[in-house]
Amino acid sequence: MADLHFGPDKPTVDEQKAVDRVVDATMGPAVVVEDERMVRGGRTRRNERRHLLLPVLHALQKEAGWISPGGLNYASEQLQVPPAEAYGVATFYEMFRVDDPGHTDDVVHVCVDAACQIADADSVIAALEAQGRHVHRSPCLGQCERPVAQFIQGRAKPDRVDADDHVASVAAVPQAGGAGTASGLLLLRRAGVVDPSSLESYISFGGYKALAAAFRRGPTGVVEEVMTSGLMGRGGAAFPTGVKWRAVAEAAGDAKHVVVNADESEPGTFKDRVLIENDPFAVIEAATIAGFATGATKGWIYIRGEYPLATRRLENAIEAARAGGYLGDKIARSSFSFDLEVRRGAGAYICGEETALFNSLEGYRGEPRQKPPFPTTNGLFDSPTAINNPETLVNVLDIVVDGGDAYARIGTEQSSGTKLFCLSGHVAKPGVYEIEFGSTLGRLIELAGGVTGGDLAAIMLGGAAGSFVGPDALDMPLSFEGARAAGASLGSGVVMLFNDTVDFGPVITRLAEFFRNESCGQCVPCRVGTVRQHEVLVRSGGRPTKGQSELLAEIDLAMKDASICGLGHTAATAVRSAIGIGLVTGGPEGEVDR
Amino acid sequence: MFGAGGGTSSYTEIEETDLIVLWGSNAREAHPIFFHHLIKGLDNGAKMYSVDPRRTSSAKFADVWLGLNVGTDIALSNGIARHIITNGWHNADFIAHATSGFDAYAESVESWTLERTSEVTGVPAVAIAELAEAYATAGTAQILWTLGITEHHNAVDNVLSLCNLALLTGHIGRWGSGLVPLRGQNNVQGGGDMGALPDKLPGFQNVADDEVRGKFEAVYGTDIPAEPGIHLTLMFEAMGEDIRAVYCIGENPADSEADVAHARHRLSQLDLLIVQDIFMTRTAEMADVVFPASIGWAEAEGTVTSSERRVQRVRAAVPPPGEAKDDIEIIASLANRMGANWGSPTAEELWDELRSLSPMHGGMTWERLEAEGGLQWPCPDVDHPGSPFLHGWLWEDDLGGRDPAPFSVVVHEGPKEQLTDEFPIRLTTGRALDSYNTGVQSGGLSSPIRYGDTIDLNPADAQRLGVVDGELVRVSSPRGSVEMSLRVVSDLPEGLAFTTFHFPDLVDINLLTNDAWDPKSGTSEFKAASIRIDKIAGTPAALATNPSE
Repeated sequence: MADLHFGPDKPTVDEQKAVDRVVDATMGPAVVVEDERMVRGGRTRRNERRHLLLPVLHALQKEAGWISPGGLNYASEQLQVPPAEAYGVATFYEMFRVDDPGHTDDVVHVCVDAACQIADADSVIAALEAQGRHVHRSPCLGQCERPVAQFIQGRAKPDRVDADDHVASVAAVPQAGGAGTASGLLLLRRAGVVDPSSLESYISFGGYKALAAAFRRGPTGVVEEVMTSGLMGRGGAAFPTGVKWRAVAEAAGDAKHVVVNADESEPGTFKDRVLIENDPFAVIEAATIAGFATGATKGWIYIRGEYPLATRRLENAIEAARAGGYLGDKIARSSFSFDLEVRRGAGAYICGEETALFNSLEGYRGEPRQKPPFPTTNGLFDSPTAINNPETLVNVLDIVVDGGDAYARIGTEQSSGTKLFCLSGHVAKPGVYEIEFGSTLGRLIELAGGVTGGDLAAIMLGGAAGSFVGPDALDMPLSFEGARAAGASLGSGVVMLFNDTVDFGPVITRLAEFFRNESCGQCVPCRVGTVRQHEVLVRSGGRPTKGQSELLAEIDLAMKDASICGLGHTAATAVRSAIGIGLVTGGPEGEVDR
Repeated sequence: MFGAGGGTSSYTEIEETDLIVLWGSNAREAHPIFFHHLIKGLDNGAKMYSVDPRRTSSAKFADVWLGLNVGTDIALSNGIARHIITNGWHNADFIAHATSGFDAYAESVESWTLERTSEVTGVPAVAIAELAEAYATAGTAQILWTLGITEHHNAVDNVLSLCNLALLTGHIGRWGSGLVPLRGQNNVQGGGDMGALPDKLPGFQNVADDEVRGKFEAVYGTDIPAEPGIHLTLMFEAMGEDIRAVYCIGENPADSEADVAHARHRLSQLDLLIVQDIFMTRTAEMADVVFPASIGWAEAEGTVTSSERRVQRVRAAVPPPGEAKDDIEIIASLANRMGANWGSPTAEELWDELRSLSPMHGGMTWERLEAEGGLQWPCPDVDHPGSPFLHGWLWEDDLGGRDPAPFSVVVHEGPKEQLTDEFPIRLTTGRALDSYNTGVQSGGLSSPIRYGDTIDLNPADAQRLGVVDGELVRVSSPRGSVEMSLRVVSDLPEGLAFTTFHFPDLVDINLLTNDAWDPKSGTSEFKAASIRIDKIAGTPAALATNPSE
C-alpha cells in the first residue's frame, strides 16, 4: 500500500521475530522485495493479510509485555496497515497495553465483577499486591464457579489460569456422569467421561456419528431437521438456528464461513468454556456439520483470550481431527472439505456481538456493524456466514442423529431441548447445569444445593445484560417464553445468587462501570449513556434518589432507542431492575442532581 | 493512436477491468483524480502491474512493480511480446482478422528473449514473464501511460510498442480493454482536438488534404497553407531566425522547456513576444505585450475535453477581475483591430462553427452537452450517443470498411545521452502530488506535504558519494549545473537520481535536462539526462529547503 507513513520508532530484534513468526507461518509479509527491480505488494496482498493483525498484536504483547511504538510500526509495515489504525486496534482490547509497564513480570488479572466482587475480590487483590504481584483489575474472567477468578498473562511465556492446575475442569459440571437428571444429559453427556484430548476416546463415546448422519441426510436434509427441531440460539438472542442456516445455504457466494462464537464474556457466563474444556471434539464436529449444511468450507472459532485451557484443548482437538481425516480436504472420505482455525480474542465484551466479532477477527476495532445487511449474506469478510454459539452447535449433533421431531419433543412447545445454566454466587454447588426447558428456577437452584450464607435476596438472570429477580420468581418456568412472561430473559444462562448479606449498591455501581468500560464508543447514545449511568450511581453511592432513578430511566430509553447494538440496549436493564425490586433503598429525596 | 489522438477508453472502464498496467506513469501524484477511478478498479479485484524506473507511490499500489532502466521501454515491450508469442498466448484470430504486419513484427521481437530483455532492462526475467502472461491471459486489460513513455527522444516508438501489445492480445476496441495516455491537464485533449497541432485542423483532419482545407477555407473565408506548421521544439530552434514573433497563450516555456537557458535565449531574440496568461509568468515578464486572460473554469464560457474524449461545458461563475478578458474576446478583438471582421462571437457560436467542420463533434449540440453531462467523441450526428471507447470496428466483420490496424516494428535505442565516467548518474524528472508543473498555479499555496525540489538518491549511491540526507550538493549535466538539497530515498534503484521540476524559482532544473527531441512528436527527452553529483567543498550539511515555510 502506498501512502503509509511510519514514525521513527524501531522494533527490538525480539519484537521483530515475534511478528515474523506469525506472519511467516501464514502468508508472508504484504510487501516482498524479490529483487532491487521487482517488488510484490498491492491491495490484494494487503487485504488478504489484515486479519493477521490481531494475532500479531498478541505476539507483540506476549513478547514485550506491551505493544511498543517500534513493535507497532513493524507490525503495521509487515501487514501494510496504517499505523494509526493499528494503534486504534491495539488500544481496543483489555489484554493489550500500549504504555511501557516498566517491569518484565507476568500480570495477574483479577476479576472484579459480581460473582467475584461478592467473594471479596478486593482482599485478594490487596493480598496479591502485598506479595509484589502486578495486578490488573479485570472484568469477568468466565470462572464464576471458582471465585475470586484469576488469569495470569504470561510475559514471554504462555498465559495460564492457576486454578486449571489445581481443579479438574469437570469439577465445574456437578452433573458429570448424569447425576441428578431424569432423562439423561444431552450436551454434557460426555463431560467427565470422555478424554478431551483423544479423538479415539471421542469416537468411542459416539463421536462423529452425527457427521455420518449429516452426510446421509445431505445439506438440505440437515437444515430441514434443524428447522423442525425448533432449536434457538443459546448465545442470548434466541434466534432460530435453522432459519439462519437456510439463509446462509441459499445466499449467493462461493466463499462462505462458519464462525463459532466462543467469545463468552457476559458476566456470570462460563458454560462454553466448560463445554469446550470437557468435550472439544463435539464443538468441532458440530461446526463441521454447520459447514456441510450451509456450504461453507472455512470455519473459525473465536475464543476468549482469557481461556488458555479451552484454547489449548481446542487446538489439540483440531489437530487430532485433521490428522484423523475429520477436518481438511475430503472429510471422512466424502467430497466435502472443511477446516477450522482458532482465533483468540483479546478481552472485549463487545466482541461477543456477532458483527463486532467479525470486525475483530478481520483485524479492525471490534465495533458492531449496522444491520442489515445481516451476517447470513454479509458476514465475515463480507461473505455469507453462519455464526453460532458453541452450546447451540452441540445441540445439532443429537438433532442430526435422532431427527428434529424427536428433539422438538424435549422441553416446552416454544423452547425445545435442554439448556445449560451457569450457577454462581451464593450457591452450594456452583457450576454448569443442564436442564430441560420448562423446569422452574427453584428446581434448578435446588439441584445446585440452594443458597448459602443467608437467605436468598435476589438472582441475577441472564448476566449483566439481564436482570435481577427476587425470591418470588422461583416458580418461573425456565424457558424463553416463561422468562419473557416474567419480564426477564434467560440470556446466556446466567443464574447468579445473592444472599441477604449483600450490599447491592456497589454491585450495581460495578455493573454500570462494566458497561462504561465495555462500550465500544462507536455510537453516541451508548458511549455517553453508559458514562452518565455510572456517574449517577457513583454520585449516589449506588442508592439513587427517585429523581436520579427517573434520570436513569431517561438514559435507558435513549440507549434503547438509538444504540447500534445490544450492548446499549441492555446496559441499564440490570441496574434498573435492581432498583425496581427494591434491592437498593433510595437515598434522600431532593433536587434532581443532573 | 491508429489515426486519432485520444485515449481509447472511458474512465469508468478502469473500474471494471481485470488488469491494469501502469507504464511510465505516477498517476497517484500526477493524476490524482483519475487515480480514484483506478483505486475503485483495484477494490473491484483488478490486478495491477507498474512499470517505472522508480518505485513511485503509484507503484506501491501495484501487485508487482517492475523497475526498468530509464529508456528501455521498447526492449521490455518487445520482450513481453516475444514471450507471449513463444507461449502461444497471442490472439491469433484477432491478429488475422483485424491487423496487418504481424509476421514482420514477430520476427523483429524474436531476438528479445527473457534473458536479453532482462539484461537490457534490468528487470528480472520472472517479472517479465509474469507480466506477459497476466496481460495476455486477462479477460480485459488496460495499458495506461504518461510522460514516462512520451518524454523521450523516441516517444512515438515507445507508444507504438505499447499499441503492438494491445494488437497482439486483442486488448483494444472492447469495454474494459484499451490504451490510455493520461493527460496532465483538464483540456490537453481539447487542445489537440481543436487543431493545436502542426499538421492538423480541428477534428484531427489533415491540413495537407485539399478537400479538408477547402471545407475550412470556405467557412473561415481565408486561405490555409497546405504545408504543415512546425512543433514547439522546432519553433524554439527557429526563434530569432525564421520566427520573429510569438503569440504564447497559457504556457510558460521560459520555465518549462528542456535546456531552459537555451529556451530563454531564443525567446529574447524575438522582435515581438505576446503572452496571454492569467499570471505574470517568467515568460510574461519577457513579453512586449501581455494580455491578462480569464480563468477557464471560473470566468469563461466554453468547453473542455478530458482524457476520455469527453467534451464538457464550463461556465463563467464570476466576471474576470480588472482588465482581464475572456480568451475569445481577446482574440476576436485582436482580429478586428487587424482589419478582419470577427465581431464578438459567443462561445456557443464558435462551437457550432466547429461542429459544422469537425465530423467527430457534429452531433454535440450545446443543449446535448448541457443535458447529457458531456459527450465522448466521435459523435457524428445528433442521434449518436457518443463513444465510450474507440476502435470497436476492429471486432466488426468487415472492420467497418477500414484498413486493418498495423503492427509497427520498433527498435530499442535507449536514451540519447549515454552515461559517461564524467556524468555517471541517470537523472529522471517527474511530479509531486502537491505541486503542478512549473508551480505557476501551485507554488503560491502552502502544502504540508511539500518538500521542495530535492535531488533524490538511493542510500547506497549517497554513501558512495559521501553525502547525507539534507546536504546541499552540486548537480551537473553537460549543459549546466545547479545546487540542490539531497534527499536519500529507498524507492530508487542504484544509479538513478530523481527530481521534480515544480520550483524553477528555487532550482532551475531544466538547465540540466536534455533537449534531444523526438522528430515524430517534438517532445524533449526530459526523462533521461546524465548527471554527476558533487559534494560542495566546505559546505556543512544543510537542511532541505522547504519553500512552504
